[in-house]
Amino acid sequence: MLTEKMAELKHRLIEYATLVEGMINKSIKGLLEKDENLLEDVIEREEPKANNYDREIDETCTALIAQFEPMAKDLRTVVTILKMNKDLERMADHAVNISESSLFLIARPLVKPLDDVRSMAKTASMMLKDSIDAFVHENVALARDVCNRDDFVDTVGEKILDDMAGFIREKRDGVRRSLHVMRIAHNLERVADISTNICEEVIYIVEGKDIKHHKDEEREAEHGPAI
Amino acid sequence: MKQDVVIQIQGANSFYGKKQILKDVTLDIPAQTVTALMGPSGCGKSTLIRCFNRMNDLISNFRFEGKILYKGVDLYAKDVDITDLRREIGMVFQKPNPFPKSIYENVAYGVRIQGITDREFIDGVVEESLKKAALWEEVKDRLHESALSLSGGQQQRICIARALAVKPHVILFDEPCSALDPIATAKIEELITELKRNYTIIVVTHNTAQAARVSDFTAFLYLGDLIEFGPTARIFTVPQDKRTEEYLTGKFG
Repeated sequence: MLTEKMAELKHRLIEYATLVEGMINKSIKGLLEKDENLLEDVIEREEPKANNYDREIDETCTALIAQFEPMAKDLRTVVTILKMNKDLERMADHAVNISESSLFLIARPLVKPLDDVRSMAKTASMMLKDSIDAFVHENVALARDVCNRDDFVDTVGEKILDDMAGFIREKRDGVRRSLHVMRIAHNLERVADISTNICEEVIYIVEGKDIKHHKDEEREAEHGPAI
Repeated sequence: MKQDVVIQIQGANSFYGKKQILKDVTLDIPAQTVTALMGPSGCGKSTLIRCFNRMNDLISNFRFEGKILYKGVDLYAKDVDITDLRREIGMVFQKPNPFPKSIYENVAYGVRIQGITDREFIDGVVEESLKKAALWEEVKDRLHESALSLSGGQQQRICIARALAVKPHVILFDEPCSALDPIATAKIEELITELKRNYTIIVVTHNTAQAARVSDFTAFLYLGDLIEFGPTARIFTVPQDKRTEEYLTGKFG
C-alpha cells in the first residue's frame, strides 16, 4: 500500500520539477529572445500552477506520514520530498524574479552581451534537471557530479558582478539595467545552490549519510585532497 | 466527488436492557470504499457494525431504534429476510472461526445451504472465492484437508473466502486482525485494499494505525456518539473535533 503511494508521490514531484525547470528555461529564453509572452506566461500562468503542486505535495506527505508511518528509507524519502517540495517552490519564485527583471531588460538597450547569463542559466537548469534525475534513479554518482558543478556557476556569477560593477562605474545611466542583470545572475546562482541541496538530500536518502555541512571532507574522500 | 451511498444510518439508538449504547448515530457509508469505525472500548463501534447485518438480534435484551437503509431498504423493517440480508452483507469476525470441515466444504457451505448441488458450479465458486481471498495458491493441493490445520492468518482468509462465496455486496470486518501476527495482519490488510474494488467494506478496529492504513473514510465514535466522520487522510491530519485529536494523540482511550 505504502509502495504505491510513494510511487505516486514521486511521480507528482517529478511533474512539479519538470514544471519548474521549464519556468527557469522560459524566463531565460524570454530574455535572450526578447519574448514578452514567455515571461508573462511564467509569472501569470505557471507560478500559480507551481503553488498548487506545492500545496498538494505538502498535504500528501503529511497524510502519508500520518496514515502509513513510513520507516527507514521510506521515511527518509518522504522527509526529503517535503524538503525538495520547498526547494522547488523557491526555484519557481526565482524563475518569477528572473522573468520580472527580464521584462525590464528587454524593453531597453543591452548593457552588455548576455553570453555569461546564457551559460550560467544553461548550467543551472541542467543542474536542476540532473538533481531530479539523481533523485528519481537514486543515482549518487550523478548527485555528486551536480554538486561539483556549483563552483562554475558561482564563478560566472562573480564575473557578471565584476562586469556590472565596471559598467556602473563607466555609465551612470545604466545602473538600473545593471542591477537587473545582477538580480538575474543572483537568482540563477540560487537555483544552482538549491539543486546542490537536492543532490545532498539524494545522497542522504540512498546512503543515509548527511554531507551537507562537511562537503569538503566528503569531496576529499571521493576525489583526494583539493590542490 | 459525490460518492454513491450504500448504507444510510439514520438516528440509530441501541440499548442492551436499559443501558443505551448508540446515541442518535447518523452516517452514510460510501460504496466501494473501506470505512473504518474507530474508537476506544465501549464506544459502540462493534454494536454499530453488528446492526448492519442484524447480528445483535441474537442478544435477547437488545433493542434498536432508528433506521438503517441498505440500498434504500430499511434493514429493520418487519418483512426483511435475515438470511437474504446476511447473504448481501457478509461478515468476518475477530477470531478466525472456520467450521471443523475441509477447506473446500468451508467455502462451499454458503452455496450448499442455498440448495445448490451442481458439483462443477460449486467447484468454480470455491476456486474463485479462494483466489479472491488470496489463498488459492497456498491450499489448492490440499482442499480436502481440515480447515483447522491451517495457520491463523490462513484460517482468517478461509473465513473471507467463505463470506465471498455467496456473492455479498458488503463485507463487515470486526477486528479482523486482532488475533493475528504482523505478517498475517499485513496480508489481510492488503486483501481488504484489494477487495474494495468490488465490495463495500466496513472495518471495526481499535487499532488506529490500521484504520489509517486500510480505510478511505473513518468514523470516530466515543461513548456511543459519532464524534466525527470524514476522509481518513483528513481525520488523521487535521481532525475537526477536539476529542478526535485527543484520541489520536493518545490523550485518552
